Amino acid sequence: MSTHGHARPISKKLLTPGFYAMAVLSIIGITIALYRFAFGMGTVTNLDNNYPWGLWIGVDVASGVALAAGGFTTAFLAHILHRHKYETIVRPALLTAMLGYTFVGLGVFTDLGKYYNIWHLMLPSMWQFNSALFEVGMCVMMYLTVLYIEFLPLVTERFIGRVDLPGILATINKPVDACLRIAQRTLDKLIFVFVILGVVLSCAHQSSLGTLLTIAPYKVHPLWWSPFLPLMFLLSAIAVGYPMVIFESMWAHKSFGLKNDMQTLSALARIIPFTIGLYLAVKIGDLIYRGAYIHIFDNSKQSNMFLVEIVFGVITPFLMFAFARVRKDARLLFTAAALYVLCGVLLNRVNVFVVSYQPQFTGYSYVPHPLEVLLTIGYIALLMLLYRVIVTIFPVITHHE
Amino acid sequence: MTVSRRNFLKLMGLAAGTLAVGRVQAHTGGSDTAEGGFGMLTDISLCIGCRSCEQACHDINAMPEPDEPFTDPGVFKKYRRMTEKTYTVVNKFNSVYKEGLPVYTKIQCMHCQDPACVSACLVGALQKTKEGPVLWDSWKCMGCRYCMIACPFEVPAYEYHKGIEPRVMKCTMCYPLVKQGGIPACASVCPVEAIKFGPKKELLGYARERIKQHPDRYINHIYGEHEVGGTDWIYIAPQDFATMGFLSLSPEAPPRLTEAIQHGVFKYFIPPVLLFGVLGLTMFLTKNNGGEQNDSHHTSLGDGGGPHVKGAVKK
Repeated sequence: MSTHGHARPISKKLLTPGFYAMAVLSIIGITIALYRFAFGMGTVTNLDNNYPWGLWIGVDVASGVALAAGGFTTAFLAHILHRHKYETIVRPALLTAMLGYTFVGLGVFTDLGKYYNIWHLMLPSMWQFNSALFEVGMCVMMYLTVLYIEFLPLVTERFIGRVDLPGILATINKPVDACLRIAQRTLDKLIFVFVILGVVLSCAHQSSLGTLLTIAPYKVHPLWWSPFLPLMFLLSAIAVGYPMVIFESMWAHKSFGLKNDMQTLSALARIIPFTIGLYLAVKIGDLIYRGAYIHIFDNSKQSNMFLVEIVFGVITPFLMFAFARVRKDARLLFTAAALYVLCGVLLNRVNVFVVSYQPQFTGYSYVPHPLEVLLTIGYIALLMLLYRVIVTIFPVITHHE
Repeated sequence: MTVSRRNFLKLMGLAAGTLAVGRVQAHTGGSDTAEGGFGMLTDISLCIGCRSCEQACHDINAMPEPDEPFTDPGVFKKYRRMTEKTYTVVNKFNSVYKEGLPVYTKIQCMHCQDPACVSACLVGALQKTKEGPVLWDSWKCMGCRYCMIACPFEVPAYEYHKGIEPRVMKCTMCYPLVKQGGIPACASVCPVEAIKFGPKKELLGYARERIKQHPDRYINHIYGEHEVGGTDWIYIAPQDFATMGFLSLSPEAPPRLTEAIQHGVFKYFIPPVLLFGVLGLTMFLTKNNGGEQNDSHHTSLGDGGGPHVKGAVKK
């Protein structure tokens, strides 16, 4: 009586023209990164003394963290509230989170002037508990570990009884199999600890990411600067979890030629008006409370970007998700999810970290260097490439017959 | 000069926000040590714009060659900021009271008593010394540049064109000299003694005295006495600071808000542990939820259902 099918590896051809296109973009991105590691940030970015953070922090890091929120929000639903009908979306969301955070790490590494000092975060003698960035760094590091542990059951499931190493390594097939079985039994008992830990760590650093810019009240535009930024970052991250799952699941299913599980996705979408609604309420309340709403119609670059963000990114998807007709229609559901993911959250993070940031001694704005953009595109292409490879090897995607 | 703008509302927001987040705890660090620390005082009314201080700073810190020579008065044509090649610059402004005459301001790191850069740095590469100067530690730094985001005076500069060992560049108040009982290079070369070095407390007293004795020469404002919680580099001037490129900043140090949030959220780790407990309890209480639709399978992890917790907790 399976309303949901079984997750199993995708059997479609891997090396399609799309795959090669992604590979080329990835190689370009990696080349730029290597050049930057050798010759400095200034050679490939438009960052300077006035604008120390740019596209990489706004997109690769801040948006990367937010858009990986599907991992902890689906784990919460399926494994903490035990809503088992959502099991099918947990694995793709977990994979997205795992890859997403891996790329957040890579993004941070690329943006660090002294990237080779990144391990300093692990030295207790250097820990600086007053720093919001310290908290973000610690939690991201720990959560990434948790995500890899949460992914291990897929590895054991795939390879137990099927370990078949090539050549001389074949002699250790049995020991490897035994190890996998031990890992499976251990994980079976302990995984709930990691599931809860994942949710706690996520709440902690999603909000701390919002704390980062509160230290710069004189530079961040009043439409975004708020002592409640941490709360708004947390709420918008919680709210983006399910839209991201819908967005990504529908996209992936389409590209693999699989049928969407509209029943599960529509059910999931029923939760979204409440989560986006709460975020919207806090956002509006904050604007009124601080009196910042007077800037909304300034017709400046900032005010216009803010309007795009809140009208198309928050209010429109909020209203759309509220209608059963939208939730049951694949096209409309995808549109609503894409609007919130791209305009509501991705644009919000870019707005907070890039658009809103106005140093007071400059007359110009930061515009990313073309190579900066190409590196970000390259990293995203590499992420999608790895996603494609992993769903081919491991049982991630559920097939609905 | 388009320096100051849109700040009133923001400050209102800042004040309100601080109230909302809760009582800000008395902090440790900065101002404890400022009591006995050193400071610098720039008397803008005395400065003649000779740029000897720029030259002395350049020499003692072995900085790269400047773009324009220190004797070139042409640099005054435009407003300059500190860069990775210079810790301090002198700018020229029009006198408000004496038609046609200039006033000169020297700018550099303000060595805040409660520095935002120190609070921001995740590995403690920036430290407020007990002597007063705020220093950067090359060995600890990861190059994240959050200090540059945090600095309300927009002081730290960065060596963006170095792949290996790029540095955060800012005035050190000549810490090596100060530690040996000397005085900073800029103060020692100033021909008109517009830059003074000494115990911060004495400098503040001196500044107050000057203003009191010469109300015609100074406005009644010691810049840095209260700005962002007080700075160890202070200024007295013949005209409003806003006319000379100084920002209007609230007396609240930016880290007070962020640290209140950080320490509120992580107080003794109680909130995260509490959240962990609540989630664990929820997990336990709802474990039979929806069981009926799953009983036929989902008995092991390998069912296509994902890392299945239910099986783990049951049994």
